[in-house]
Amino acid sequence: MASAYEPVIGLEIHVQLQTRTKMFCGCELEFGAEPNTHTCPVCLGHPGTLPVTNEQAVEFGIQVALALGCEVAPHSIFHRKNYFYPDLPKGYQISQFDIPLGSAGSLGEVRIHRVHLEEDAAKLTHTGGSGRIHGSGASLVDYNRGGTPLVEIVTEPDIRDAATAREWLTLLRTTIRQLGVSDVNMEEGSLRCDANISIRPAGTETLGTKTELKNMNSFRFIERGIEAEIERQRGIVESGGEVDQATMHFDPASGSLTLLRSKEFAHDYRYFPEPDLVPLVVGPERIEATRAGLPELPAAKRDRYESEVGLNPDAAAQLAFDTELGEFFEQAAEQAEQADAKAVANWVTGELVRYSRESDFEHPARTEASVAAVASLADLVEEKTINRKVGREILARLVSEGGDPAAIVEAEGLGALAGGDGALEAAVDAAIAAEPEAADKVRAGEMKAIGALVGAVMRETQGRADGGEVTRLLREKLGG
Amino acid sequence: MVELSAHEAAAAISAGDLDSGEYLDTYRAAAEGDQLNAYLCPIDDEPAAPPDGPLAGMPVAIKDIFCMEGVPTTAASRILEGYRPPYTATAVERLQQAGAVPLGKTNMDEFAMGSSNENSGYGPALNPWDRSRVPGGSSGGSAAAVAGGLAPWAIGTDTGGSIRQPAALCGIVGLKPTYGSISRYGMIAFASSLDQCGPLTTSVRDAAQLLAVMQGPDPRDSTCTGIEAGVEVPEPGASLEGLRLGIPKELAGEVEGMEAGVRDVFERNIALCEELGAEVAETELPHAAHGISAYYVLAPAEASANLARYDGVRFGTRSPEPADLTEMYEQTRAAGFGAEVKRRIMLGTYALSSGYYDAYYGQAQKVRTLIARDFDRAFADFDLLLTPTSPTVAFELGARAADPLAMYMSDYCTVPMSLAGIPAISIPSGMAAPAGGGPELPVGLQICGPAYSETRLLAAAQALEEALTFDRAPALGAGS
Repeated sequence: MASAYEPVIGLEIHVQLQTRTKMFCGCELEFGAEPNTHTCPVCLGHPGTLPVTNEQAVEFGIQVALALGCEVAPHSIFHRKNYFYPDLPKGYQISQFDIPLGSAGSLGEVRIHRVHLEEDAAKLTHTGGSGRIHGSGASLVDYNRGGTPLVEIVTEPDIRDAATAREWLTLLRTTIRQLGVSDVNMEEGSLRCDANISIRPAGTETLGTKTELKNMNSFRFIERGIEAEIERQRGIVESGGEVDQATMHFDPASGSLTLLRSKEFAHDYRYFPEPDLVPLVVGPERIEATRAGLPELPAAKRDRYESEVGLNPDAAAQLAFDTELGEFFEQAAEQAEQADAKAVANWVTGELVRYSRESDFEHPARTEASVAAVASLADLVEEKTINRKVGREILARLVSEGGDPAAIVEAEGLGALAGGDGALEAAVDAAIAAEPEAADKVRAGEMKAIGALVGAVMRETQGRADGGEVTRLLREKLGG
Repeated sequence: MVELSAHEAAAAISAGDLDSGEYLDTYRAAAEGDQLNAYLCPIDDEPAAPPDGPLAGMPVAIKDIFCMEGVPTTAASRILEGYRPPYTATAVERLQQAGAVPLGKTNMDEFAMGSSNENSGYGPALNPWDRSRVPGGSSGGSAAAVAGGLAPWAIGTDTGGSIRQPAALCGIVGLKPTYGSISRYGMIAFASSLDQCGPLTTSVRDAAQLLAVMQGPDPRDSTCTGIEAGVEVPEPGASLEGLRLGIPKELAGEVEGMEAGVRDVFERNIALCEELGAEVAETELPHAAHGISAYYVLAPAEASANLARYDGVRFGTRSPEPADLTEMYEQTRAAGFGAEVKRRIMLGTYALSSGYYDAYYGQAQKVRTLIARDFDRAFADFDLLLTPTSPTVAFELGARAADPLAMYMSDYCTVPMSLAGIPAISIPSGMAAPAGGGPELPVGLQICGPAYSETRLLAAAQALEEALTFDRAPALGAGS
């Protein structure tokens, strides 16, 4: 039953940048290192220390802003965001506030509000039991992560359901991975996402009170968490209540939402411009040079696949947003000599994906079927050396066992019967003789009856006949 | 030996006429006999032999705000009791690289917050001219050490007058260079956009020499440019002939609470300048009267963030057995910080808080810009400006302790130069009796110039110093 209330969702994403060193000091970044082995007086906030901006992080930040279609600020500054917590050594985080690096962009159907640079906090581990603060006896701090360069991306509340959120995050992740500025791996924490969710009567403009959903560590959990929160809010509003501003946690195991903190503890961060750093100045030449150096991004690639290659929107999106699959496709299309890109795309997004899933491979580009094999298979079908049905069977075998399709066809005599050597004609004649009623109907103009005759030819030829050629011969002989 | 000025001693050591070991031992013994509480901690490192560089073998006192690796550094606060930094401040490194030998860490107002050295967590330093009076602050220990014969020269920091005012009250030379001249890396931060390192010496030439060694860009401090044109140490026989000297009325004749004795000395100083061939005229800095108000919003605001790192988590003292994180923070800071520090943290937090930022912090920044513009306009017509350094001579211990605002007024004449970031020097220019009666005490003359004009400023100060022929020190043995 459709609700009278529509969800309004915005996302806040943090991406750890793949620079060699931290945002404001020379400590090296290394995921999974022994705790507190990549620290220095600066990132530990010792008295008298000062931050120095990582130029590579700024470069990566500009790339992200441009890839997300943003205006890059010619002059942006850092601010101090003040609060006390053990994972924040200085008692403030150096971030950007009212003049961020990038603003007013879009990716796909979602507008980007802002993109800015900041430093990551250290990592807290709570001992005992669930690993969460509640009920733990002590907390340990690992400062290795503290100071890692982050790009924060905030969207406008343009998303209307959980599935779209998940799809859009996939596009975002692929885009950033394409840039090569981050691993964007949620399991390792190089990609983090919080959601802001509210609901309002369908068709209205005013935003409802929003809640924040945090600490979800996979796209699937994000989707489920958003769904759960939408339901929770709908339940409240539909029974006459009001949604309170809050921060929620979603537990995927139980599917339940718990309150982390309510409005009373909303922080006043007392932002003020960071006096230890000079402003970031990005001139128009630098912006254009960076823009020119960007790789082809997923959205552009999808558009190109649709308009130039002629793929349908779903296939175009699938190949554009899955980098590995897209690369597999591009290489196969290049190697194929007879088959065009569209035909290759159909094999890749259709049967290859399906057989890969059925055989439990991790990814369709990583089965036993090589790029060359798939290209060759597409050519064999295009040339009508084999028919489509045989092609599908061979592909299934390539996926599980590998091999060269031409060799398989040769060795097992699977070549299509396509007429010219009389064998096909003989089979067609035999089928007409075997199905006289169907033949009469076709002669009388009932084309539907041709199916039975085609079937008979296929049985006669063990499925090797070329379907199109068979139909043509039948029509010729039966005058249809 | 202690009759020699520092640069004379340095030259003698270089020439082999003075044994650096003996010289060092003399000062070590003097420091050990310290009756002024000028020193918080001796430094026992043996210098590398033989001494090398322009400051070879020269002992120097270091304000306890500068980090030195392995040496107790407290910023005169109990919250850093026992703290030994893991690194050394750039300014100190440069002195050491020039051959200087740090003698000891000097007393100061806690975290540089104060104008009398009475806010130290380790007891006040005393004025060698009269031990019932304050030496000024916050670099009171450095000033007392130099004036009391316990060090040939010293370095301190100046945020609103903390080098110049104690220099004036102790009858010595104190220089605050242009903001950004000397690296702040390793200088425990009070107010990041105002703090600056500088020398306290018995002659202008000594101050120039220390500045020349310490100044210069530092990749570890983004706000440090150094003085691009360099610093020329002034030669004897410098002249004031033809120099245009301005007297800003808001910081001279119109200062409320200026003692009659100080006023008299200043007028004699002006007359002397005219005799020496300078063109002296009155000018104005219309917004300078608001300097104290703006300063006491901006500096505490930055301090409230800079001091957030003193939380008991990673270094310094920590409250014993707190019940939880909040208690640890609250108890550690309540026990570790003195009253003035707490006052300024609260003031600063308030000035930055939501709803008040624009009225206080924002407004103060605008006033700051106006003051800087006032100086720019004045320097279009004048080469240098002259004011008394302090409205009064040294006051008695405890006289202003109960009245923070009266204490803040000590910096009335020095704060505007800090806000504008321009260089300013105080030279001893006469003696005057305090308003309440008693023996005469030193008076300081402040000279300031446009940004990066240190060479001209020091030359003019040198010329005046020669003409003034001020007695160099209080009674012999005043320090021990």
